[in-house]
Amino acid sequence: MLKDDNRKSMLDKVMKDHNFEESSLLEILHKAQDLYGYLDKNLMTYIATALQLPPSHVVGVATFYSFFKLKAPGEHVVTGCLGTACYVKAVDEIMTAIEHDFKVKRGGSTPDGRLSLFITRCIGACAMAPNIIVDDEVIGKATKEVVLERVRLALEGGGRRK
Amino acid sequence: MKLADLQKIAEHEVDFQRAYKHRINVCCSSGCVPFGALKVLKAFEEAVKEFGVEKECKVARTGCVGTCSVGPAVIIEPGDYLYQSVTPEKVREIVRDHIVLGLPVKEMLYSNEAFFKKQQRLVLRNAGKIDPSRIEDYIAMGGYSAIVKCLATMTPQGVIYEVTRSGLRGRGGAGFPTGQKWSLVARSHSTPKYIVANLDEGDPGVFANRTLAEADPHAILEGMLIAAYAVGAEKGYIYIRAEYPLAIQTLQKAIAQARAMSLLGDSVLETPFKFDLELRFGAGAFVAGEETAILASVEGRRAMPRPRPPYPANSGLWGKPTLIQNVETLANIPVIIQNGGEWFSRIGTARCSGTKCFSLTGHINNPGLIEVPMGITLREVVFEIGGGIQDNRPFKSVLVGGPSGGCLPEALLDLPIDYDSLTKVGAIMGSGGIVVIDDQACMVDTAKFFTDFCVEESCGKCVPCRAGLVKVKEIFERITKGEGKMEDITALDKSGNYIKEASLCGLGQTAPNPVLTTLRYFRDEYVEHIVNKKCRGGKCFRDMEREEAEEQ
Repeated sequence: MLKDDNRKSMLDKVMKDHNFEESSLLEILHKAQDLYGYLDKNLMTYIATALQLPPSHVVGVATFYSFFKLKAPGEHVVTGCLGTACYVKAVDEIMTAIEHDFKVKRGGSTPDGRLSLFITRCIGACAMAPNIIVDDEVIGKATKEVVLERVRLALEGGGRRK
Repeated sequence: MKLADLQKIAEHEVDFQRAYKHRINVCCSSGCVPFGALKVLKAFEEAVKEFGVEKECKVARTGCVGTCSVGPAVIIEPGDYLYQSVTPEKVREIVRDHIVLGLPVKEMLYSNEAFFKKQQRLVLRNAGKIDPSRIEDYIAMGGYSAIVKCLATMTPQGVIYEVTRSGLRGRGGAGFPTGQKWSLVARSHSTPKYIVANLDEGDPGVFANRTLAEADPHAILEGMLIAAYAVGAEKGYIYIRAEYPLAIQTLQKAIAQARAMSLLGDSVLETPFKFDLELRFGAGAFVAGEETAILASVEGRRAMPRPRPPYPANSGLWGKPTLIQNVETLANIPVIIQNGGEWFSRIGTARCSGTKCFSLTGHINNPGLIEVPMGITLREVVFEIGGGIQDNRPFKSVLVGGPSGGCLPEALLDLPIDYDSLTKVGAIMGSGGIVVIDDQACMVDTAKFFTDFCVEESCGKCVPCRAGLVKVKEIFERITKGEGKMEDITALDKSGNYIKEASLCGLGQTAPNPVLTTLRYFRDEYVEHIVNKKCRGGKCFRDMEREEAEEQ
């Protein structure tokens, strides 16, 4: 069962607004991820019960779409854009440098849960490629030096890049 | 609201805007916001007050002008002065010199006229000129007059006739004639009918649809209204990527405004015509752009395609007739209705009329969003609009059509861009991505990159795509590790063609394009990798080199 809190009542409201319809499953999963940060088994089972769907259906949909996260992200999140324009502008070298310097693998988190490194397929800022997102800040025309420094600052709890 | 009221709003808004001597348009689209556009907007609002010119200057928050690499971009009207890379610190100087003293700050102006010279803006007609959050701005530019014209003077058949005559073809990539699609849905007897506007721009490297939604959301809404009137649909969905938060907000606001003015609802402009729409959010699945997959996704299921027929025109959403169009196609519709199909058919080429938006990126001097008439050559796009290759390096290849497009060589640069000519050389129009690649790239690694993408995005329903692409990927891994054999080239060619022929949907049918075109035009690089273990781009054989270094 889900803990009774504000998030649960907001989720309930969204499901009710959609009349518990199967066709609104994606909207509901989006809202659930907004509220809880990621979709765990418990949460998906709760949604499945409310919409009268088999839990396997909900898990099937959630795992099909790459936007849905099934694990809790780390305290700080670095996302590399691996869209075509960023690939052409050698974003891979920056990603490899992050992996090397911070001992984290793409798609995973550091063992202490302080840093996650994710990949996204295009954020649409292609003219500014390569793009790396550190927490909520998009770094366009990114270089290895700037990104590594910014991640270091984030982990030290320092301020935003000037 | 009635039809006549719309005219009044337009007149009132034009008068209101004329009261201002200058208009400062600050681009606040997704390309410019991360680089400080909102701070620039605020700085302008403060600066016009500071200099006491707020009564003659309208500071407006607008969409994209296309010069995304030199953002934040600001346009000052009259005269369309385009300022580039504006920072809040520079704003005071611009207001003082340009507005107060009447002397444009030359060194900050975007001087690259070639970027705009060969463009023709139909779809992006209002982008960068209007405030997308104000429906009045759109109405003042003649917006919603096309749906008024349809409702007041045209029958649904008449609308379809004009669209057919215009020669407009679907801008989502496949290029199916729009008028023909509309008549199929119109002729279908089952009700209710639906419209789905495709804004699931899943191609990495493409941002034209997002820009359109952020800059001119009402153009999409009006296109949908006209389509709904023509085919007899009552309900529409805009399927949009969840990764586009600003476009979502802009559309939500636009829908609310249109409802408030009874442009959407049970009685559009107090006529018997009824239409309303909802947003549906995608969640990062490339295959969801395929027309039967998008339907599954709107219904809340995994976005997996199904065989056709039945075509969505007969059996789409919940088994009902459904018209699926890309938003760029829809944004063309109001222009066609206003000016007539005949007028539109004269733009572009005989078989492909109109314009096409392209996201121009890669190793190029002027990346950004462009709209050009069909039939323009790749050379004009790359070397005139795009300003040539960065750092004056030699050109190597241009990738047209996204991750399942084709890598074309220099010899094909004089190819006119349209659906048919691109397909002939192994590329596709796709959703309009043009990525320019310089001489330092490795074409084998490039083809491998796109194969990896398609492997991940394959939905897994049909075997050729699911298993075939994995085989292709394995061959690439061997070649780039230095374990390739000459037979691998034949195997790639064979598997690629097999996947193309046998896959269920557009994803599998086009996924091998990068492999097949690089084999066709850059075969010597494959041979070099296999025989000489040499990579021109220095991307491959890294493991091998590392091992050798360790041994030494």
